[in-house]
Amino acid sequence: MVNFTMNGRAMSYPKGTTILEAAQQEGIPIPHLCYLKGINEIAACRMCMVEVEGTDRLLPACNTTVLEGMVIRTNTPKIRLARRTNLRLILSQHKSSCTTCVRSGSCQLQQMAHDLNIHYQPYPVQPERDKVDLTTPIVREASKCIKCMRCVQVCDKIQGMHIWDVAGTGSRTTVDVSYNRLLQNTDCTFCGQCVTHCPTGALTVRDDTLRALNALANPELTTIVQVAPAVRAAWDESVGNGSPLPVGKLVAALKQVGFDYVFDTNFSADLTIMEEGSEFLQRFTRKGKYRWPMFTSCCPGWVSFVKSQYPAYLDHLSTAKSPQQMFGAVAKSYFAEKLGIDPHKVFVVSIMPCSAKKAESELPEMRDACGDRDVDVVLTTREMVRMFRSDGVVPEELEEMPFDSPLGSGTGAAVIFGATGGVMDAALRSAYFLATGENPDPDAFRAVRGTQPWREADFDIPGAGTVRVAVVSGLANTRRLMEAVDSGEVDYDFVEVMACPGGCSGGGGQPIHEGVEMAADRGGRLWQLDAASRIRYSHENPDVQELYQAYLKRPLEEKAHHLLHTEHKI
Amino acid sequence: MSRLEVKTPGKAQAVVEQLYRNMERRIAASPPGLCPVDMALSFLQLCQAQTCGKCAPCRIGLGQLANMMEEVLDGEPGIGILRRIEHTAQVIADTADCAIGIDAANLVLMGLKGFRDDYEEHILHHRCLGSLRNPVPCVALCPAGVDIPGYIALVNEGRCDDAVRLIRKDNPFPVACAYICEHPCEARCRRNMVDDAVNIRGLKRYAVDHAEDVPQPQPAAPTGRRVAVIGGGPGGLSAAYYLALMGHSVTVYEKQKHLGGMMRYGIPSYRLPRQKLDEEIASILSLGIQVRTGVDVGTDITFEELKRDYDSLYLSIGAQTDKKTGIEGEDSPGVISAVELLRHIGDDELPDFSGQNVAVIGGGNVAMDVTRSAIRLGAAKVTCVYRRRQEDMTAQPEEVEGAIAEGAEILTLQAPLRVEVGEDGRAAALWTQPQIIGEVDTQGRPRPNTASAEPVRIPADVVIVAIGQGIESMGFEQAGVKIQRGGKLMANSSTQLPDMQGVFAGGDCVTGPATVIRAIAAGKAAAANIDEYLGFRHEIHAEVKVPAPRCADPRPRGRVEPTERDAGERKNDFLCIECPMTGEEAAQESSRCLRCDHFGYGNFKGGRIEKW
Repeated sequence: MVNFTMNGRAMSYPKGTTILEAAQQEGIPIPHLCYLKGINEIAACRMCMVEVEGTDRLLPACNTTVLEGMVIRTNTPKIRLARRTNLRLILSQHKSSCTTCVRSGSCQLQQMAHDLNIHYQPYPVQPERDKVDLTTPIVREASKCIKCMRCVQVCDKIQGMHIWDVAGTGSRTTVDVSYNRLLQNTDCTFCGQCVTHCPTGALTVRDDTLRALNALANPELTTIVQVAPAVRAAWDESVGNGSPLPVGKLVAALKQVGFDYVFDTNFSADLTIMEEGSEFLQRFTRKGKYRWPMFTSCCPGWVSFVKSQYPAYLDHLSTAKSPQQMFGAVAKSYFAEKLGIDPHKVFVVSIMPCSAKKAESELPEMRDACGDRDVDVVLTTREMVRMFRSDGVVPEELEEMPFDSPLGSGTGAAVIFGATGGVMDAALRSAYFLATGENPDPDAFRAVRGTQPWREADFDIPGAGTVRVAVVSGLANTRRLMEAVDSGEVDYDFVEVMACPGGCSGGGGQPIHEGVEMAADRGGRLWQLDAASRIRYSHENPDVQELYQAYLKRPLEEKAHHLLHTEHKI
Repeated sequence: MSRLEVKTPGKAQAVVEQLYRNMERRIAASPPGLCPVDMALSFLQLCQAQTCGKCAPCRIGLGQLANMMEEVLDGEPGIGILRRIEHTAQVIADTADCAIGIDAANLVLMGLKGFRDDYEEHILHHRCLGSLRNPVPCVALCPAGVDIPGYIALVNEGRCDDAVRLIRKDNPFPVACAYICEHPCEARCRRNMVDDAVNIRGLKRYAVDHAEDVPQPQPAAPTGRRVAVIGGGPGGLSAAYYLALMGHSVTVYEKQKHLGGMMRYGIPSYRLPRQKLDEEIASILSLGIQVRTGVDVGTDITFEELKRDYDSLYLSIGAQTDKKTGIEGEDSPGVISAVELLRHIGDDELPDFSGQNVAVIGGGNVAMDVTRSAIRLGAAKVTCVYRRRQEDMTAQPEEVEGAIAEGAEILTLQAPLRVEVGEDGRAAALWTQPQIIGEVDTQGRPRPNTASAEPVRIPADVVIVAIGQGIESMGFEQAGVKIQRGGKLMANSSTQLPDMQGVFAGGDCVTGPATVIRAIAAGKAAAANIDEYLGFRHEIHAEVKVPAPRCADPRPRGRVEPTERDAGERKNDFLCIECPMTGEEAAQESSRCLRCDHFGYGNFKGGRIEKW
């Protein structure tokens, strides 16, 4: 243990603890902009400067470790001047267009300028030139970038994709797409982790709310909205006072905004399990005919990753579409027919925790129902909340409403799609049933749950054999798994992959909170919803059963194959 | 007002003079990879401040050039601006009244030609081609990429054994390099910006002098693969070392009686004590490397046989033959090559030059080595003859100064003409033609030209030719190895030979005569690539944790320079010249390191490469 004092208080922490970590534990706030624990401790913003007795210069708290006998102060006149000056310098290269910035209110720079009482700027403001490109779901505004390098580090260390890099030299040093490429020409999966870790509005997910609102304004269109599982575990963080709200209020709010039908992606998650579970059993019982392992295909970030990084593994992917795309295809076929309306006049909006879903919905092969896009526009959880706010819709004041029927029902097995391990858990529950004709204990597969980034387990399915499964989240972890699979170091039958750490709960479209990773908490909420569900098996979803009886016939058969499966094309 | 006054600089001027010196050092410490347009603009702004303001093109034009370059960097203008910049600069060069304007405009014109791509990228794509790939200057400039801030921090904590372990991760010759490395690492040391480069080699010497006998790490499990290394110099032994660590079975073939290559047969023992070299080689061989000395590949065993018997070969035959001047009388007795002399000394066969006049031809490090060796062999007078000026010598300045201190004459601007042969048929004198220094060549070195003066006679019983070495590549050429101009073996940057599976080459025999550390770096690269060729991917790492940096103290402080033994005493023996740093000096010098592995870019990217 190392003994030292901070602001006169004696403290004792293990060797290697940074001044910032100690201060955080002691409840002494030290401002910081670039710091991201374990990922970006590069002392770039110089906001966390502290004074240490015996040293003339100020020291950065984020990467200076405490030493025996250190006398640390965090609010001397010298520090005050340094923080104010450095923040003003940073602001002199930042386009402070807070009134129209999407991150206003969740911007760390704005918050800090406010906290440090900066209301006057002596330096002329000269932001970097912008070259905004709206063709991709991830948008960068250079004029707002404070060069904290978090995006570079998150993409390098968490996702291992190396899309962002330092560009230029000298005082013109900035961040840009690596190797002087354009974002659209890279292997970017559009996972959005760079966005949720950006302290300002420099990196954002393209705002498509206007397209949804235009559809609502068109009386000829029947508007349908689907809500992804993980959205319900996070949307309320930025609504009202942030306390949890039931999903019924979310449904009511979307109704208030004016959608004709508010449906649940849980429905198509159950449908996905029917298809993917059947597909797995079909492959597993004819092992020699297929290449192993089989991978899940519901995460578009992961599917995009396979296409660019491991194209040789494309046919290992389940051919089942993601729940979002299954929903769109069913809405513009089965449901339109049921209503007796022209599918071209059906407009499908998705509310997703994800930015990659935008890219997925734009893929040319995702037009199976009537030739139009199966999903017309994808909004993130954040966009949805902004839509509520701009419409004066106050969800917490609304009466709860149920999802509309028939595409509005979902089981406990569906809601856990939003948490890492959930797809695997749900698929195993139904695969077990499909193989044995009996339901397993719904918690029989709990070994696939948890927060470890890479988990593995074996399960016996009577009559089918032992299934070796793995679950991984985060693309850097995924690459490690793929290398292990490729070298033969590990051997699995079925693998669930989610591009974002913690799965969709931690997706790039979820509410942004500085300095905390919310995926595990949100995932916990989803597991609780599952435990409290009346039905916990996808194959028991009555509306899904009805869909098969009335329309699709059986999983993997012709109609299902046409609407619900896809060939993954590069 | 007096009629004349004594000039005394004012306080402001004195400070500005100090700033000039600071800026010179700062430019020397420029990291590689900076945007050339941005740098050119900065230089131009300096020129702009220097203008006297009298003539219009310089006073106004330099400012306008700067404005236009600023626009380029901001990505504002169209491509046509390059013509405007060029025309403006050309007019300034043609019409400014003095060198301040002319040279400044030429600087811009040079850049327009030299890095036009960078200009265009800024204009057309608003992007920059510059990028800082390696932020730690010393590590970036060390050919072997040794973790310099790491071992300096260890020396600072008194952990010399760990320092040796850490160095060995990238360089199996910490001792040899501690004594004789040319230390390219120091050239752009960021400490230059504060005061002066850290004495990196001196600290390494402190580490190796104070380390106990550090055992080598345990090699990886045997792979059953066999590799032959041809040439047991620093490069060959480095390759052998890492390959052995990776678990391969290695045999080194050496033509001479002993291992060490130029470390034994080139570098005199007063710079690298023989015993230290022998111990270091023994330590490397302790990994179980087989050695066959006195075996000439091509005579005693054929290249084909080696190719057949081993899974992979590394050619590191060095550059061991001497070059001839071609002057009359060069074949006379009494005329010897530096290579030959140093080889005899390396095998402990010391010639006696007592009472003789010795003339050395050449101006490189080898010329200095033979000059200083000749003094130690008892010569009455040693004259080093060089056709350019002393500042043009390629030898390290401290070598030249050391030779002068030991009594050598440095006779510059004299080109050798012929060797005069006495009645006994032996060399009697060296005739030289005086030179006048002339125009600067494309490499920036002024050329010597024949001066209008009579030839000079330098009495010489012994003439030593030290004008460079060649490569004995004939035998390999016959065996099918591709050879480039100058006898160099053709190998790509990954040391692989074209069209010859499994055969690798590196060091002097590929680059021409260079340095020990470059040969080591080639050996290291070859080991990695041979390992991969054999189907493995062994990792080399050191189990040493580098201490966390303490708050760097950037107050200017002098650099600790090594002292040398008294010249009058040291010139009589072959014992080590250089005196080691004291503990006190090493503590102070190591605390000067700015820890670029952590501070600055280092803690963001590239600060530490823990394994390879």
